[in-house]
Amino acid sequence: MASVDEKSRVYGGMRDSDRIFTNLYGEQDWRLVDAMKRGDWYKTKEIMWMGPDWIVQEIKDSGLRGRGGAGFPSGLKWSFMPKKSDGRPSFLVINADESEPGTCKDREIMRKDPHKLIEGTLLAGYAMRARACYVYIRGEYFNEAVVLDEAIHEAYKAGFLGKNACGSGYDYDVYLHRGAGAYICGEETSLIESLEGKQGKPRLKPPFPANVGVFGCPSTVTNVETVAVAPTILRRGASWFAGFGRKNNSGTKLFAISGHVNNPIVVEEEMSIPMRDLIDKHCGGVRGGWNNLQAVIPGGSSVPVLPIDECSEALMDFDDLKARGSGLGTAAVTVMDKSVDMIAAIRRLAHFYKHESCGQCTPCREGSHWLEAILLRMETGDADVREIAMLEEISRQIEGHTICALGDAAAWPVQGLIRRFKDVMENRIAHPDKFDPQAHFQKAWSGLKPANTDWVTQHGGSNVLNLS
Amino acid sequence: MLSRVSVLPRVRLVRGARGLSNYHPIASHVDSAENTKTTPFDFNAENHARAELIMSKYPTNYKQAAIIPLLDLAQRQNGGWLPLAAMDRVAKLVEVAPMRVYEVATFYTMFNRERVGKYFIQLCGTTPCMVCGSEDIKKAIEDYLGIKEGQTTADGLFTLREVECLGSCANAPMIQLNDDYYECLTPKSVVELLKRCKSGNVPPMGRWGSLPLNGQVSCEGPAGKTSLFEEPAPPPMRADLDGQVDPASVKAHMGY
Repeated sequence: MASVDEKSRVYGGMRDSDRIFTNLYGEQDWRLVDAMKRGDWYKTKEIMWMGPDWIVQEIKDSGLRGRGGAGFPSGLKWSFMPKKSDGRPSFLVINADESEPGTCKDREIMRKDPHKLIEGTLLAGYAMRARACYVYIRGEYFNEAVVLDEAIHEAYKAGFLGKNACGSGYDYDVYLHRGAGAYICGEETSLIESLEGKQGKPRLKPPFPANVGVFGCPSTVTNVETVAVAPTILRRGASWFAGFGRKNNSGTKLFAISGHVNNPIVVEEEMSIPMRDLIDKHCGGVRGGWNNLQAVIPGGSSVPVLPIDECSEALMDFDDLKARGSGLGTAAVTVMDKSVDMIAAIRRLAHFYKHESCGQCTPCREGSHWLEAILLRMETGDADVREIAMLEEISRQIEGHTICALGDAAAWPVQGLIRRFKDVMENRIAHPDKFDPQAHFQKAWSGLKPANTDWVTQHGGSNVLNLS
Repeated sequence: MLSRVSVLPRVRLVRGARGLSNYHPIASHVDSAENTKTTPFDFNAENHARAELIMSKYPTNYKQAAIIPLLDLAQRQNGGWLPLAAMDRVAKLVEVAPMRVYEVATFYTMFNRERVGKYFIQLCGTTPCMVCGSEDIKKAIEDYLGIKEGQTTADGLFTLREVECLGSCANAPMIQLNDDYYECLTPKSVVELLKRCKSGNVPPMGRWGSLPLNGQVSCEGPAGKTSLFEEPAPPPMRADLDGQVDPASVKAHMGY
């Protein structure tokens, strides 16, 4: 019965009253007064009185999976923390080092709804029996850090944090820590190293952070969105959240859609929404129409690219995208139309991974360099067709042979290119003389001309440069 | 021989359009007139207080956790770049060997170990921005300033550097000018922005700590939002909260 429902049900198109991030477009203020109007910090103490185990069980029942890319079940992860101290305090660490190319969702939470995150850190931290929380925000997000820091101060002043947080009797501190520009610090153990003031080089596991994490104490590193949705799940109940999306992919999700769409946007939608619906409904469609679509990177740069025929059928959830040889990742959708040179697009990603490799493991440090070097030549057709197989082999020698997942992330886009666009590569190599870089040169594109003047004027936007 | 010559322009065209970076930092320190081991550096009184506040966030036996924020503070005090003496000062503050600080300062891209322009332009060039025309923007900036990516203008006003994803992909293409994000750029608007910088009249950030130059507010898209048309209301609260676990008891068995 359930499977029939599952097959016939079309996901997406959720009601506004079911959305968690109600200030996503900044129509209200981020400060405490407006945040409380949106329901933040309401009966937090009563939720805490239900106890850490109840909170973890609710999160487990809700089916929430980590929103940072890997999709590990959150309740399970939270339950790994020690239930009784061996003398060391426990810490919660929030991963706000949002650097996966395509991803710009956590930023919207931090600058428009910071109290959702801060309340989440208290409830998640309490569920893990943590003494304090460190929020590791990427250094480039300076203005976002200013807002978040001020919001933390507000929460302290209101008695929601610090000694006797929310009047519950529990003591809890939240500290903001700014990074300094390194993609690798989004990896959990690398983030821990960086938080300790060292180079962001991932640690070997085990010991897992839940045993030995930051400052040698039990820690859990978790994404901003995962924690920010927790208070709403606890208020409305696990079954409410589990009612969205397909089985094992439940909930709502912030999707960030960039690239060649008419209306690039960050939007909260139901999990398992068809990719085409997401793009057509919220992004005004692909530039030049659906048939002008060439490829989509559905989950941030690390996941393999999908060509148009897959995109027409793909559902935006962990399992469906995985079955198609890609992944949901951070749900950062980058849309590329037919004007894009796919080899150049992936070559630029290869450069990204070369630049961001921490240099600790040889396969990644050297391999990511080779991926870029070969793709640079392939882009102009200056290669031998046998080098395509060689490229694939290099990527396989990186994948799975490194301490952290950055090696895998460097390999997958290249493997995706070879899997889906091998004919383009072979053509380029066969006819280098036909390659015209100017034909693929991308003119600036931020969507259609703005046609939203009234709303923009009403909500504090302005065309400061007076450009038409 | 002739055929080789005819191949050259093609290669140059490619490198011209998609050239690799001109910025090649090296990890080791090179003495310059304004940056030697003996160049004096110390935090000013205000920043000393800030440094104390920063260090108070971390456990006392993990003082070095403050290295990154302290280096950032030093860089801000020093006009956007980090001399060797500042690294030594930070090492002293957190009581570690200077090498521990050098390691950090060379690892993270936000630490500039050479002087940069008053307006430090970081152009996002990773794929989501690239397909939205970051190379178009780069060309416009290079043409207007008369420098190549990775270089600083002769008057010391601008430095242009292509960096990796800055996390503003739905508002691509974009640059970070010092701390601030200017988004949804066109070649025309970015040049206008640079003109305003030259005249010392930098457009202030918009309401949400960024400024999309196409007139958007933030991430709602140029055509506007497609959801959240209802007045936001608090989520319905469950009625079955009858908790019996005293949070203070949790504190007790965790020994806090």
